[in-house]
Amino acid sequence: MPKDVAIIGVGQSTFYRGYQGSIKELAFEAFREAMQDAGIGAADIGASIVCSAPEYDSQRSPSGIIAEYLGLNPQPTFAIESVCSASTSGLRAAYALVKSGLHDVVLVLGFQKMSEISSADSQERMGRGADIMWESPFGTMMPACYAMHASAHFAKYGSTEKDLAMIRVKSTKYGAINEKAVYRKELTLEDALAAPVVTSPLKKFDCCANADGASCVIVASKDKAKEISKKPVWFMGLGAATASMTLTGRDNLYAIACAKKAAQEAYAMAGISPQDIDVAEVHDCFTIAELLAYEALGFAEPGKGVELIRDGQTYIGGKIPVNVDGGLLSKGHPIGATGGSQVRTIVMQLREEAGAMQVPGAEIGLVHNIGGVGVYGNVIILGR
Amino acid sequence: MGFEKFGRRSFTSQTKVAPFVDYLEKGELRGTRCKSCGKQYFPPRADCAACLSNEMEWYKIEGPGTLISFTRAGFAPTGFEEDVPYTLALVDFNGTKVFGRLEKDIPEAEVSVGMQLKVTPCTLSNGQLSYEFVK
Ligand SMILES: [Zn+2]
Repeated sequence: MPKDVAIIGVGQSTFYRGYQGSIKELAFEAFREAMQDAGIGAADIGASIVCSAPEYDSQRSPSGIIAEYLGLNPQPTFAIESVCSASTSGLRAAYALVKSGLHDVVLVLGFQKMSEISSADSQERMGRGADIMWESPFGTMMPACYAMHASAHFAKYGSTEKDLAMIRVKSTKYGAINEKAVYRKELTLEDALAAPVVTSPLKKFDCCANADGASCVIVASKDKAKEISKKPVWFMGLGAATASMTLTGRDNLYAIACAKKAAQEAYAMAGISPQDIDVAEVHDCFTIAELLAYEALGFAEPGKGVELIRDGQTYIGGKIPVNVDGGLLSKGHPIGATGGSQVRTIVMQLREEAGAMQVPGAEIGLVHNIGGVGVYGNVIILGR
Repeated sequence: MGFEKFGRRSFTSQTKVAPFVDYLEKGELRGTRCKSCGKQYFPPRADCAACLSNEMEWYKIEGPGTLISFTRAGFAPTGFEEDVPYTLALVDFNGTKVFGRLEKDIPEAEVSVGMQLKVTPCTLSNGQLSYEFVK
């Protein structure tokens, strides 16, 4: 895979429980950090892509107002949405715009102010995240659909609630050292197992917290990257796939098919295999989602993902460190910002700038970002 | 019109497969089958994605089926609060997968992946039509 498209700047706001500012100001926090990181000005940006999940936005058509606030007129801007994977879908488009030669530098801004709508509104919208004709009339919500994947995985492979709790314990260990995370408290296995059930078998700490946050990733062509960046990180592989939104259309519920297909594409494009990955950020909106990611990404054979967490192999120092920034579970999951935040973590790892979270000598990193309950899957492989 | 009668809470009323509700009223759960290529759909559809035909016929879904997975929901979106807790389930009837809820009277301890279930249309307390999985 030739090194011809790079990431030259990354930024992220702190992830907040309830941000006391506007979506524009939230976006600017990530934008400022990424622009300073890249060492460029607004005039260097050829186009911007703004990513959020519209069900949380009061603002209609946010890309226009965000681009204005970031000082990115008159360059083109547009929105990309795939719920929780919006900002890696935006990144895929940015890659294509740069690779095609249409633009030299493209900025991807992901944001979500989940507290923008009331909890009553949120509870109402939550029910419409599934097929409103055939699933929502039964009272569905996203945690329940992931819980059904957990029940199916338990029955098929013998994984347990304790395995899921171990994933949350790992997450809190790293969330505690991530200054931008929303959940900073370390939990014990006993704490995680004793928490109340939300939707069986998932308990309170198996679920990520809502958060407000923004992320920003700046993509540049090879020539531009070499001209302005001292530490570009290169795209090695990109994969994307989908699966049916209605659960009735899935072959099974003990795996996430779109993630597996996206991973296979990304590995093929990069010309590498799962063993070559030094550090990974996976979409752990729920603990079960991280376990399913181990298997979709080929870090473990189907059904063997539990061995990785039982043996501590996904901690720093293990075979494949996963979510050593706390992941969505501890960092928080501001929908449209999440993918860009994952990318930022990997870029910092590959530049050896991750501080206490650094995986020593990491050269190749992977991002796995999933929208909906296994509906939209994006996998991106980055290298030094 | 007509489809607003389906489910504890309905989110949409207009669809070409609204006769689904009429079959429910008669005590039958039905999907659609493409007259041109034979592909079967549940949930029912008006259009065949395999051959592009819109000539469909209704076929009956009957038990026994096998429980693929389930979750007992301890909280609910707006409009479903008084049903909590309820068990959402996916059941396979001979290759046709159906999403729905388990009958409330089935004790939690008796529910396990792989168990045999039947599907039966029902009228809910608010007069809406639905179906549920029973032992
Ligand atoms: Zn057909």
